[in-house]
Amino acid sequence: MQLEDLFSVVRTRFNSDPDAEPVKKSKTDIPKGLLFKCPRCTNNTFMEDFNAAGKVCPKCGYHSRLSARERLDITIDKDSFQEFDAEMVSKNPIGFPDYEEKQQALREKTGLKDAVLTGCATIRGEKIVIIVMDSNFMMASMGSVVGEKITRAFEYATENRLPVIAFTASGGARMQEGIVSLMQMAKTSGAVGRHSSAGLLYITVMTDPTTGGVTASFASLGDIIIAEPKVLIGFAGRRVIEGTIKQKLPDDFQSAEFMLENGFVDMIVERKKMRRTLAHLLKLHKPYKGGDKL
Amino acid sequence: MNAENISASKCLDIIRMKGRPTVRDYIPMLFDDFFEMHGDRLFRDDGAIIGGVAYFKGIPVTVIAQVKGRTMEENQECNFGMPHPEGYRKALRLAHQAEKFHRPVICLVDTAGAYPGVEAEQRGQGEAIARSIMEFMELKTPVISIILGEGGSGGALAMCVCDELAMLENAIYSVISPRGFASILWKDASREREAADIMHITAHDLVELKVCDKVIEESEGGAHNDPEQTAEYISEYIFESLQRNLQKGLDELLEGRYNRFRAIGEFDEGAAL
Repeated sequence: MQLEDLFSVVRTRFNSDPDAEPVKKSKTDIPKGLLFKCPRCTNNTFMEDFNAAGKVCPKCGYHSRLSARERLDITIDKDSFQEFDAEMVSKNPIGFPDYEEKQQALREKTGLKDAVLTGCATIRGEKIVIIVMDSNFMMASMGSVVGEKITRAFEYATENRLPVIAFTASGGARMQEGIVSLMQMAKTSGAVGRHSSAGLLYITVMTDPTTGGVTASFASLGDIIIAEPKVLIGFAGRRVIEGTIKQKLPDDFQSAEFMLENGFVDMIVERKKMRRTLAHLLKLHKPYKGGDKL
Repeated sequence: MNAENISASKCLDIIRMKGRPTVRDYIPMLFDDFFEMHGDRLFRDDGAIIGGVAYFKGIPVTVIAQVKGRTMEENQECNFGMPHPEGYRKALRLAHQAEKFHRPVICLVDTAGAYPGVEAEQRGQGEAIARSIMEFMELKTPVISIILGEGGSGGALAMCVCDELAMLENAIYSVISPRGFASILWKDASREREAADIMHITAHDLVELKVCDKVIEESEGGAHNDPEQTAEYISEYIFESLQRNLQKGLDELLEGRYNRFRAIGEFDEGAAL
């Protein structure tokens, strides 16, 4: 029975593992960055067209990854973001080799301190607490910083009676922080529970990829769970499951559509309709005036 | 008692011994009149988690336990101790039943992890674990968890959201199996012993990291040498822990449980300091 990669789902699916599939040399010299090759349908598109479509594959509709800043730009009202805990950085709780260096290099490369941005914002004037994960930083795995910032965001929202919208993306728990990373699942879920018990709205938007320990904690606990089309959503890694059952899995396994069909996602919403969908849901959940007696 | 610096790879050897007692051995030694209940009321009964009501030294308790088998037949029945979503949903159903009747919950944990399979994904393994974590956190009755052997990742955590966590001295608790860790880090699963030794997964490591509250002694050389003696040590711990937790008011209990997890995480606030 193989259990490896339980929390390292992503690379197995999209072959970001360099050993998995050597990059083929093309006959013509295509400058790097000119084409987008869709990991879902494998078709090539001009990067210009792909970007113009909001980083959505024009051939199959796969919604590709956005940085947290890009996500905020297309989701919230202009200049409404007030960031929480912007300077928080992780320590090295189990003394993992080279962990500090790896983080430092990524901070310089991505301009991020860790894998999540949290803060207050408005969407069409409705005040919310927003959580956006960024897969550019260690595949948005959840360690101390991700766990603490998300927990604080929920605690702030509970105290100030605000709804929370979380855009999830993650390879799972952050192995480099060992058991401390596993405990972040309990910490964040506990904070979600208190927010929920206070009668407040929590909307999850699952983006590519939402997997492992994040799926098994706060991401799956929204009152409403939305997913972007064709994204990867699941718990165990594809390769782990294939190793267990000794069979190849179908392409659409663990997709947003698979989760919708099995009843774990409320709706699939295209990126271009996301902002207005969220605004609509926020409005629907405002206290009904005259409904005090209900 | 073993030395505090027993290595994780040595623990792996001990907990994998064929004669290592399982919950099937411990339940009759720890509890009286165990009445087993089946099913999650949604899909089916999962043999990887058993649960029911029993007396512990005269106190009615709910027992929820992850089952490992010794023979092939037993392992087929309990799926090698790897629960499906319906197992976690059964556990949660019994936990809510305990809450209703004001019984403390004792969770006995021993799993390599939640089962990674097609049907487990279809039935929402992630959702089942997430809900279990969230609802155990707010369960209005004391919860004590004890890791007997393997505490594998989210599949163990779903039954470790508790007021006190204890581990047998050779038990391990980890974010990913040592095998999985080795395969990611070195692309070589066979280096699991080496991985285990750098992962900080022994009971003593976890006390240091404030994840585990108590290390329960095993009989000399490991629980397999004297299951009854080990059960005696576990029993003493449960008794003490129940005394401590049954005295608490509900607010104190739930605040304490929340803060056990709330406090874990190591970070700097950078320039904000």
